Amino acid sequence: MNTLANLRQLRVSHVVFTLVVAAILLYLIIPVLIVVPMSFSEARFLQFPPKEWSLRWYEAFFHSAEWMSAARVSLITAFATMVVSLPIGMAAAYAINASSLRIVRTLQIILLLPMMVPIILIAAGVFFVYARVGLISTMTGLIMAHIMLALPYVIIALLAGLRNFDMSQEMVARSLGMNRFRAFMAVTLPQIKPSLVSATLFAFITSLDETVVALFISGGDNQTLTKRMFTALRDEIDPTIAAISSLLIFASLLLVVIAGRSKGKAR
Amino acid sequence: MSNAYLAHQSDSPERQPPQTSAAALAREERKEDTTMLLLLLPALIMVGLLLILPMCWLAVQSVQTEDGFSLANYIRIFQEGIYWETFALTFKISFLVTVLSILLGFPIAYAASRAQGFWANLILVCVIIPFWTSVLVRSYAWLVLLQRKGLVNQTLMDLGIIDQPLNLMHNTTGTVIGTLHVMLPFMVLPLYSVMKKIPQDLLQASESLGAKPFYTFRRVFLPMAAPGVMAGSILVFVICLGFFITPELLGGGRTILVSMLVQRNVELYHAWGAASAVGLVLLAVVFLIFWGINKFIPIERILGAR
Repeated sequence: MNTLANLRQLRVSHVVFTLVVAAILLYLIIPVLIVVPMSFSEARFLQFPPKEWSLRWYEAFFHSAEWMSAARVSLITAFATMVVSLPIGMAAAYAINASSLRIVRTLQIILLLPMMVPIILIAAGVFFVYARVGLISTMTGLIMAHIMLALPYVIIALLAGLRNFDMSQEMVARSLGMNRFRAFMAVTLPQIKPSLVSATLFAFITSLDETVVALFISGGDNQTLTKRMFTALRDEIDPTIAAISSLLIFASLLLVVIAGRSKGKAR
Repeated sequence: MSNAYLAHQSDSPERQPPQTSAAALAREERKEDTTMLLLLLPALIMVGLLLILPMCWLAVQSVQTEDGFSLANYIRIFQEGIYWETFALTFKISFLVTVLSILLGFPIAYAASRAQGFWANLILVCVIIPFWTSVLVRSYAWLVLLQRKGLVNQTLMDLGIIDQPLNLMHNTTGTVIGTLHVMLPFMVLPLYSVMKKIPQDLLQASESLGAKPFYTFRRVFLPMAAPGVMAGSILVFVICLGFFITPELLGGGRTILVSMLVQRNVELYHAWGAASAVGLVLLAVVFLIFWGINKFIPIERILGAR
């Protein structure tokens, strides 16, 4: 009798626990899922579920010169950020991993500062400096700021790969006469490819997603997609945002799959 | 060339006196150190020019007035109600969100770490997809869900739980709901990685020694998961302190946080001194937290760099 009661209690608590977990997961995933059907709604005002379906918000996005220009600025910035931050981050991650100098740990923390300093303060500071050197509303300024912001993510992703890699392999290649750079390119790099892929994704996403700094320093013809979206959301809710959001969700799904596959291959 | 190098390496101990070899080694080591520092240089220049220099500039700005050096901007933070009330509210909301993210994050991390195959993946996907989705997109979704005639109010009314729609956004409730949604993955992911490493054997050993499940959970599982809770909490709390986008959009200008105080002082009033002082106080708090926690968990670990 007693065991039966115990068993029943265990089962009840199990069911309750499962329901709680399911509810929390719904809280996490519903906001992402809800945007997609909304983007196909005919209505001007927000409603869910939509009564009639249409592609008008996608048309509104692709036919608007302003949205298109913002998307172009964001993509160019993200691409440039990725291309520049990867080699710079790689060099730094290599040194952090290989060097036993005590100062390197301090320098590593300095390189992680962009993750620690509140983003609003970075935005205000960069804005202040850019205003004095004339980099406000320029692509150069935007890309430089995004490289700085992406660096810690790139370094962290690459360090994870380097720490699991046996550096003596590179030593062997060097002792056989390759110079350090060639040994790195031929021996080390191919073997840390999964972390290279995630570093690339992180750099791209960090830039594409970055809003606060862009809000302060991008402007005119060089406004990012995020800045335009933020302004649109603050002023009045334009359903075009739902279409853009769906496209972004699709893009991030794609990236999750790519990241997952590169990790899967590594195993 | 490669052979010559090897030959030189293997011959040197016999042919050269040990002193020279030691000197050569030291020289080699110095060269290695220089190379390493040079490799770090480009990244350091970027962070130095675009982060440290601006911060120093803001610091100068915060103590400079027309009549020279003055701490007026800092004194105002403690004297004027609006300033310290904003700080107090920011701390309150950050604390609330941190506690809620432990309460909601722990069960899903636990479930994911104990589940197998498909179910574990399903839970992780539900955490990772929002994590990778733009914060703007998620804020937009919450604006839709939480409005007066939104899905949340409609569902609650259909279920007969409420008679009148609740005000769920453009207030603190909206800010907390939206912010928590952004922060939850930051709690779940470190928790999951810690829990995943807790060996099942230990829990079984405890139970085979006669401990009840809850006792095992409390005395074996919880202490081992504690570092994950700590890392996640610090991360969530610190990000919350400076969070801007979601509170600005869902708070509707009514729930003013420190980040908004900085933004408004810069963009609306061009009050650089005030903005800098407020921002730097926030920065000092963040650094104090990191410095304090560094003794227990290295910062690199919390940020995922270890």
